[in-house]
Amino acid sequence: MIPSNFEYHKPDSIDGALSILTEWGDDARVIAGGHSLIPVMKQRLTDISHLIDLGGISELKGISIENNKVSIGAMTTQHELITNTQLAKFVPLIREASLQIADPQVRYVGTIGGNVANGDPANDMPGLMQTLDASYELTGPNGVRIVKARDFYEAAYFTAREDEEILTSISFSVPNCGYAYEKQKRKIGDYATAAAGVLINMDNDTCSFASIALTNLSDTPVYCEEAVNNLVGKKVDSNAIKKAVHYCVEASDPVADTRGPVEFKKYVAGIIVQKAIENAIARV
Amino acid sequence: MNETIPPKEERMTALNGLGTSRKRVEDARFTQGKGNYVDDIKLQGMLFGDFVRSPYAHARVKSIKTEAALAIPGVHAVITAADLEPLKLHWMPTLAGDVQMVLADGKVLFQGQEVAFVVADNRYAADDGIKAVEVEYEELPVIVDPFKAELDGAPILREDIADKKEGAHGPRRHPNHIFTWESGDRQATEAVISEADVVAEEMVYYHRTHPCPLETCGSVASMDKVNGKLTVWGTFQAPHAVRTVASLISGIAEHNIRIVSPDIGGGFGNKVGVYPGYICSIVASIVTGAPVKWIEDKMDNLMATAFARDYWMQGKISATKEGKITGLWCHTTADHGAFDACADPTKFPAGFMNICTGSYDIPTAFLSVDGIYTNKAPGGVAYRCSFRVTEAAYFIERMIEVLAIKLGMDSAELREKNFIRKDQFPYQSALGWEYDSGDYHTAWDKALKAVNYKELRKEQAERLEAFHKGETRKLIGIGLSHFTEIVGAGPVKNCDILGLGMFDSCEIRIHPTGSAIARLGTISQGQGHATTFAQILASEIGIPAEDITLEEGDTDTAPYGLGTYGSRSTPVAGAATAMAGRKIRAKAQMIAAYLLEVHDNDLEWDVDRFVVKGNPERFKTMKEIAFASYNQAIPNVEPGLEAVSYYDPPNMTYPFGAYICVMEIDVDTGTTEIRQVFALDDCGTRINPMIIEGQVHGGLTEALAIAMGQEIAYDEMGNVTTGTLMDFFVPTAWETPNYQTDYTETPSPHHPIGAKGVGESPNVGGVPAFSNAVHDAFKSFGLTQSHMPHDHWRIWTIANKLGLHEM
Ligand SMILES: Cc1cc2nc3c(=O)[nH]c(=O)nc-3n(C[C@H](O)[C@H](O)[C@H](O)COP(=O)(O)OP(=O)(O)OC[C@H]3O[C@@H](n4cnc5c(N)ncnc54)[C@H](O)[C@@H]3O)c2cc1C
Repeated sequence: MIPSNFEYHKPDSIDGALSILTEWGDDARVIAGGHSLIPVMKQRLTDISHLIDLGGISELKGISIENNKVSIGAMTTQHELITNTQLAKFVPLIREASLQIADPQVRYVGTIGGNVANGDPANDMPGLMQTLDASYELTGPNGVRIVKARDFYEAAYFTAREDEEILTSISFSVPNCGYAYEKQKRKIGDYATAAAGVLINMDNDTCSFASIALTNLSDTPVYCEEAVNNLVGKKVDSNAIKKAVHYCVEASDPVADTRGPVEFKKYVAGIIVQKAIENAIARV
Repeated sequence: MNETIPPKEERMTALNGLGTSRKRVEDARFTQGKGNYVDDIKLQGMLFGDFVRSPYAHARVKSIKTEAALAIPGVHAVITAADLEPLKLHWMPTLAGDVQMVLADGKVLFQGQEVAFVVADNRYAADDGIKAVEVEYEELPVIVDPFKAELDGAPILREDIADKKEGAHGPRRHPNHIFTWESGDRQATEAVISEADVVAEEMVYYHRTHPCPLETCGSVASMDKVNGKLTVWGTFQAPHAVRTVASLISGIAEHNIRIVSPDIGGGFGNKVGVYPGYICSIVASIVTGAPVKWIEDKMDNLMATAFARDYWMQGKISATKEGKITGLWCHTTADHGAFDACADPTKFPAGFMNICTGSYDIPTAFLSVDGIYTNKAPGGVAYRCSFRVTEAAYFIERMIEVLAIKLGMDSAELREKNFIRKDQFPYQSALGWEYDSGDYHTAWDKALKAVNYKELRKEQAERLEAFHKGETRKLIGIGLSHFTEIVGAGPVKNCDILGLGMFDSCEIRIHPTGSAIARLGTISQGQGHATTFAQILASEIGIPAEDITLEEGDTDTAPYGLGTYGSRSTPVAGAATAMAGRKIRAKAQMIAAYLLEVHDNDLEWDVDRFVVKGNPERFKTMKEIAFASYNQAIPNVEPGLEAVSYYDPPNMTYPFGAYICVMEIDVDTGTTEIRQVFALDDCGTRINPMIIEGQVHGGLTEALAIAMGQEIAYDEMGNVTTGTLMDFFVPTAWETPNYQTDYTETPSPHHPIGAKGVGESPNVGGVPAFSNAVHDAFKSFGLTQSHMPHDHWRIWTIANKLGLHEM
């Protein structure tokens, strides 16, 4: 559990970080909170000779909410996501989900950018961002481009981000509807056995808007398009919810691990999604 | 003398002796981060050593190339079995009469096994060196299931002893078989069971887990080449035994070895045995001439150092129609891993598993245990219990439950019917133990009343009805457990480790000004010995506990003892402490008699002084006597005031308790919520109620972990799948329920102060209470047995198999 030798850089601007990243290419890696990266370095599962600490770049920090648009700097910590009162007011879903990540010690340093860029299907924020239909701002040597969270994840640890790009910020619209993030885990500090983020809006009995995504139930987050299509425009009764849950479970593709076998995970996924949908409807 | 003597109560209070909730004197340094653990020891020029470990569970080691590692800056040496062989240190004896490889000698037998030891300037260079050592392996077929170890064509694991038909514990029937151990009357038991009205039969598995102390294992070895003295600081639960073993296997004279156990961050049995790391740090210090430190990380600790449990217990229990138990039969298949490194008294290869008749008057019983080699880490230590007592308690408490189901009887009532009665003590058990004391019925009644047992059963029945109506998906489980432990090993006549009798010791010196130092052969790992043993002494010799320094763990200064595990410190060293205190008092009486110019017999002891009988104004306090012992020439009395006692207990002690857990179980998610845990302990005389409470909380939390999620699991290839704290369950405050504790007090009749030991009781009694709660919730659906740990997916699987997901 001892990392191999590496050079440590702490640039104070995005450009500074990019130039080191370009110079060292494959041998370099950015570090945010380090709570996913440092464990793999300690186990020497990855060999990094240049570590670029993003902690000195103030442009990457902060939360702004303007004209119904939320923008969060990549280096904003999970703790800040919980304690920001504006965010809690306008997007309580973020707070609800963040409180279920790891433990306070991890959240004091773990960042939203690291969580979504990591590409680990066990991370909660990617599914959450797909629920919110967020956009990621990627800054590279050739400038800035935007990739949708729903298009970002390719496979476990493979994302649409190029090696020399930095994820600089995340943005999405204020949802203004019912919400819920439900997660089953074995203990505090554990990743999800199954988790689901849900947004829902109702027009009387009819669903006018829905978004559902799952965490740790496939090698990427799972945006449940079919379930959403089957809810929106429909009268929401227990049958409709059942059907939506069914489509969500269909879309999942978990693997067996110490959290349990596949049948169990799928079953629990169904229970968790159902709870999330029901909670979200109750909060419309 | 006209000074007024303070009232008795006031003087007793001032002593802070037996029965007071004295605050732990250790905590000031622990809570301020000022403890001194092995890893805090830093010596001039100290090097750091660490292991190349096997990625395979079973493989031949074809070659080890060290050149590249040695070329790394800062790497001083790479030690392999070939280097240790000329010293005869490539293998070492285990505590169980087996031998174990120190470093891979031709093959590896479990994942994480030590293959080579890299010594470097620091941890970083050592780790770079480890990665540069090239080991060529040839994979071999793996045995992870002990029931497959003796099948035709099974690979032979221990080629070194393949032809040995006789092991340390008798005949071996197969190269992968270690021993068969039997206790009780097989024929009589089989006869009773075959003729019984009712027989319940079940396979009860107590899974493999790990003590996982907060501090991992480690050592710092320093060979002083000038005076030839070897000093080793290490995480040793038995420092004296380590010294003797180190001397025997290294050839260094015992007086030239000093073993020091500094502060230890939890042991729970994990730090009883001898590990390759200790040997390698010693050899490396001899080779390099510099002090060498070795400290495991958490993954090393979980993967390679001593595990606990892994007992497959096939049981049969018989009873009359009315529920009077007539017989108990058990055959255990014990998975010992690659080397038999259990830490049991020599004559007990399965520990005290034959306490498995539990709290019940079972007239006929038989137990047999087969030890088996598999491709897993060695160990089999007593994780917060006396040797295999948790396994025994879990077995009988499960068998009681399955018998109750068979009989259609409430299991609380079945227990009550079969408890050993108060008037039967001392009680001779069918498997050979003499239970010293107990009052089970009183404890049980108190427990049932405390939780309002009848009401609970009613609520459970109502919940069940609601469940059947589809109104809820949550069931209630009520977990009962009444355990009897056997602790305080033990009488030298039948308990030894490597030939060393399991007595223990205390040496006391009273200083001229009336304060004292006491040294013991045990070593605290967080139990609070410095607090409680001073309290025992305070009450015995009338010196305030605050004025008594306690010292343990340095073999150059402490008297010889067998160390701390198996709840033996209070029963054995605690007794030695009281006995040494009584020797002090006896001499003090002679001195007082001289000073007061009366006959010895004219004096009586009064809290902190000797008083002339019938003349209370004439007395000498212990403080005065202490000073006199140093400054007066007393005829026929040597100067000074010291005593030492080596205590060989006449019997074990038998703590017991009644535990009840109430649990809510969600059948869909497999999640559980613990609503209530009631724990009544009887540990005889209570030395420090606050420490007892703390020990019970800690032990219950470990029990909760074991029952509900904690395990060392392997896949079919022999890879450890739970080697980090992400997968190995250690509860945080969040997962830990509230505990409600209570007690009864039945002193041990043979212990000088009647104390029995308590630190391990909550683990022994807690595991069956939690596990029985899970079983109980599903009982009405036909569940009889389901193996721990009861984590979410396993509980879900119970519900699934019972068809509860198709409603
Ligand atoms: C005990 C424990 C429990 C945990 N439990 C959970 C949990 O329940 N749910 C959960 O979601 N997470 C959990 N985590 C992970 C935690 O939330 C991490 O903080 C998070 O995954 C990564 O964020 P970070 O800031 O620490 O990133 P780092 O570890 O620093 O980086 C992670 C990866 O992302 C890359 N990266 C970081 N920032 C950027 C950026 N701006 N642009 C491009 N690439 C970047 C890094 O190069 C690295 O590859 C847990 C971690 C621990 C240690």
